[in-house]
Amino acid sequence: MTVYAKGVVFEGVDFDNPNHWRLEEYVKRGGYAALKKILNEKITQDEVIAEMKTSSLRGRGGAGFPTGLKWSFMPRNFPGQKYLVCNTDEGEPGTFKDLDIIVSNPHALIEGMIIGGYAMGITVGYNYIHGEVFEAYQRFEEALEEARAAGFLGDNILGTDFCFQLHAHHGYGAYICGEETALLESLEGKKGQPRFKPPFPASYGLYGKPTTINNTETFASVPYIIREGGQKFLELGKPNNGGTKLFSVSGHVNRPGNYEIPLGTPFADLLEMCGGMRGGKKLKAVIPGGSSAPVLPADIMMQCTMDYDSIAKAGSMLGSGAVIVMDETVCMVSALERLSYFYHEESCGQCTPCREGTGWLYRIVHRIAHGEGRPEDLDLLASIGDNIAGRTICALGDAAVFPVRGMLKHFRSEFEYMIEHGQSQFAALS
Amino acid sequence: MLSQESLAQIDRELAKYPADQRRSAIMGALRIAQTEKRYLTNELIEFVAGYVRIPPVAAYEVATFYNMYDRKPVGKYKLTVCTNLPCALSGGYSTAEYLKQKLGIGFGETTADGKYTLAEGECMGACGYAPVMLVNNHSMCSHMTPEAIEKKLAELE
Repeated sequence: MTVYAKGVVFEGVDFDNPNHWRLEEYVKRGGYAALKKILNEKITQDEVIAEMKTSSLRGRGGAGFPTGLKWSFMPRNFPGQKYLVCNTDEGEPGTFKDLDIIVSNPHALIEGMIIGGYAMGITVGYNYIHGEVFEAYQRFEEALEEARAAGFLGDNILGTDFCFQLHAHHGYGAYICGEETALLESLEGKKGQPRFKPPFPASYGLYGKPTTINNTETFASVPYIIREGGQKFLELGKPNNGGTKLFSVSGHVNRPGNYEIPLGTPFADLLEMCGGMRGGKKLKAVIPGGSSAPVLPADIMMQCTMDYDSIAKAGSMLGSGAVIVMDETVCMVSALERLSYFYHEESCGQCTPCREGTGWLYRIVHRIAHGEGRPEDLDLLASIGDNIAGRTICALGDAAVFPVRGMLKHFRSEFEYMIEHGQSQFAALS
Repeated sequence: MLSQESLAQIDRELAKYPADQRRSAIMGALRIAQTEKRYLTNELIEFVAGYVRIPPVAAYEVATFYNMYDRKPVGKYKLTVCTNLPCALSGGYSTAEYLKQKLGIGFGETTADGKYTLAEGECMGACGYAPVMLVNNHSMCSHMTPEAIEKKLAELE
């Protein structure tokens, strides 16, 4: 797989060197310099958070919330344990960037979490890793051992009185645990069912204690920001969309892979980096931010730049940066059927609109895809969607509805054709 | 009921969490138990719960919620094929179909000799390596074309 590294997380990583992920190599390319800088120059917690705010780094897990602001919410003088949690439960179809981070540059994440712990006065952290990537979990455990042995992690880091413990927690197959409060429940050894918010994790998080949760890529961007300055990071991207970002490109391109490029890069350029469309076919549609993001047709997508604001303006969302590319042969009914099945399968069952509604959505799309659609089905899909979205504890309900709405908005005629003729103009997924 | 090695691994999981939060280790403990015994019987779940010192029902709810825990016998090799959209765009269904034909079983079934179980998986977070397949929950195989499947199956002999 291709990793195109022109950004803050992977720059300087020599993927041909089998030891590229090890501590020794990380230190050679400037790793742990940010942590040393903070501790040697006695940079204050406020100064670290101010630098994060300057960087305009927005959460890379999907929501895009400003990281510096999130860190400032943490009660600084709370008398008792606080926790720092990293969300590496990457299961949104299309997303595979965090996997490459913990496999190829785990120490960037570890250093970022240590700095986060310092800035918020937190002494214990956990990294929750997606169940299906056990080998990556093992590698991360090994990287943690290296960091402990080198004195970067644990008690009295680099001879100071700053202490930070970090552990890895391995998930075991539940998409919902990517939702931050479900993840906390899972970390506590329970079913991963999301909690009501408020209270937010900053006041009531892991074991009921103040907790900050960030995505893997977010933490892995922190060392660069501290080392080079928030302003430099901001200038890599565009205003309100600071820095570079990893885009996981999958589907019908010649070179699927992770592409770390400045936010604001035109989609057309990204597509070119990926070697263009596989087999020289024409681009039909793109899901620009993971399976939950509404699909965009080729003509709209080709006008977009890859950043939070441009994709939102086009009516979709940048999400985690997972770009699913589909060529002219794809049957959109068949594509939606597979996605709707996924949300139905992964609904945690807690809220009725989602538990039942995702099943209805799937069964209706399924019957359309199998030539048994009814004329009223499209209105029915829209109505069910309206009764799920915004009526559940977490965003999985919304995530199940957005793809349906996107497909009906841009590719309604394909659904109508299939209902009328009982078959698609295109081949089903194979 | 479990080997000393597995119990030592569970102890390492327990050490990650505060002393009064032993329940946090149940996911890891069940994974370790399943790796040794291939699947989780109710007796095994109860044993693990006892070892972690939580009520059996708390362990059972975890074993039933997360879909990588197997509570029914599975073959020596459980092959989980991702058919989600990104994998499907790169031949995920063909991979699954090839395996079904080759092994003569459908999803959720085990070959008569008890060697293989075939399962349909959801997104494994590795779409750039599509189509992907997981062997026994822990070993990921990338770009599973028919040739790659043949090669893998030969290794699993």
